[in-house]
Amino acid sequence: MLVSVYRYNPESDKAPYMQDVELEIPVGKDLMVLDVLALLKDKDPTLAYRRSCREGVCGSDGMNMNGKNGLACITPMSQVVKDNKLVLRPLPGLPVIRDLVVDMSLFYQQYEKIKPYLQNSSPAPAIERLQSPEDRAKLDGLYECILCACCSTSCPSFWWNPDKFVGPAGLLQAYRFLADSRDTATEDRLAGLDDPFSVFRCRGIMNCVSVCPKGLNPTRAIGHIRNMLLQRAT
Amino acid sequence: MVTSVTNFGRSGAYDWMVQRVSAVVLALYTAFLVGLVLFTPDLTYEVWSALFAKTWVRIFSLLALVALGAHAWIGLWTITTDYIKDGLMRFLSQALCGLVMFIYLIWGVQTLWGL
Repeated sequence: MLVSVYRYNPESDKAPYMQDVELEIPVGKDLMVLDVLALLKDKDPTLAYRRSCREGVCGSDGMNMNGKNGLACITPMSQVVKDNKLVLRPLPGLPVIRDLVVDMSLFYQQYEKIKPYLQNSSPAPAIERLQSPEDRAKLDGLYECILCACCSTSCPSFWWNPDKFVGPAGLLQAYRFLADSRDTATEDRLAGLDDPFSVFRCRGIMNCVSVCPKGLNPTRAIGHIRNMLLQRAT
Repeated sequence: MVTSVTNFGRSGAYDWMVQRVSAVVLALYTAFLVGLVLFTPDLTYEVWSALFAKTWVRIFSLLALVALGAHAWIGLWTITTDYIKDGLMRFLSQALCGLVMFIYLIWGVQTLWGL
């Protein structure tokens, strides 16, 4: 199989380039793309990529595989390889540190901006803040995000304005706290989002939904935030 | 909160609402014009002229023109803030869009009430 991988070492390369490697894939196995990367690294130890848990939990190995973002560790070759060819690129839109490793600072800045922690102005109870099963159910489909950045880096609005548009990952988490019955900072949170960029730069093209390795739906969460902002304004 | 001095309203929700309401007005006006062309057998100058002499048609047309201006401003503002990264160039492009829309509006009023 032909693997074409994005290479860039700022210390020695003037510009990024694609390195083509012909790889022997063990017969009768449907390897994950991360396993393919391990085979590549055996051949060329200078190849750099992030990885940790290798089972879709840590979110380290988000990358662009044959044009679509995803986690290399849970993406089987049978799902992405076309015409016996696999093209591997770093997540689009973020600065490349080296090869498949990107600088996620902008992504984390946007995440930080939405204050991703529970805020409650009432005194802390002796044991814990209780929540009804119904209220807890509202967080399903929101809390599971692992911040792999596959969604935000597949979003053109985030490509053009990564410093102003919060992006699908950050907005999914923003709604996770807006929807939480234990959080009392709803008004402050909404006030911080009611500008033309933070939420409203979403044009609803749903690239985020299409790539999310956890099957989450940031577009729906953004719709909920928009409705909250509109209701707040009427 | 991201601040911006050039967008239509001061809030994203306001711009969003203006964009949707103006879209509805434009859709209704388009349906009105297309229906007129399709269902008027003999569409002469006299028929047009008599129709646009009616006050409600003029008000409807002006409403559509104002809606077009607001809709286009918000849309083009979005596009220019996406693609034009140089501040001066972006401001000049937006100023040009604003000027063109203002000209269309005044010219439209002149046309509608000058018939």
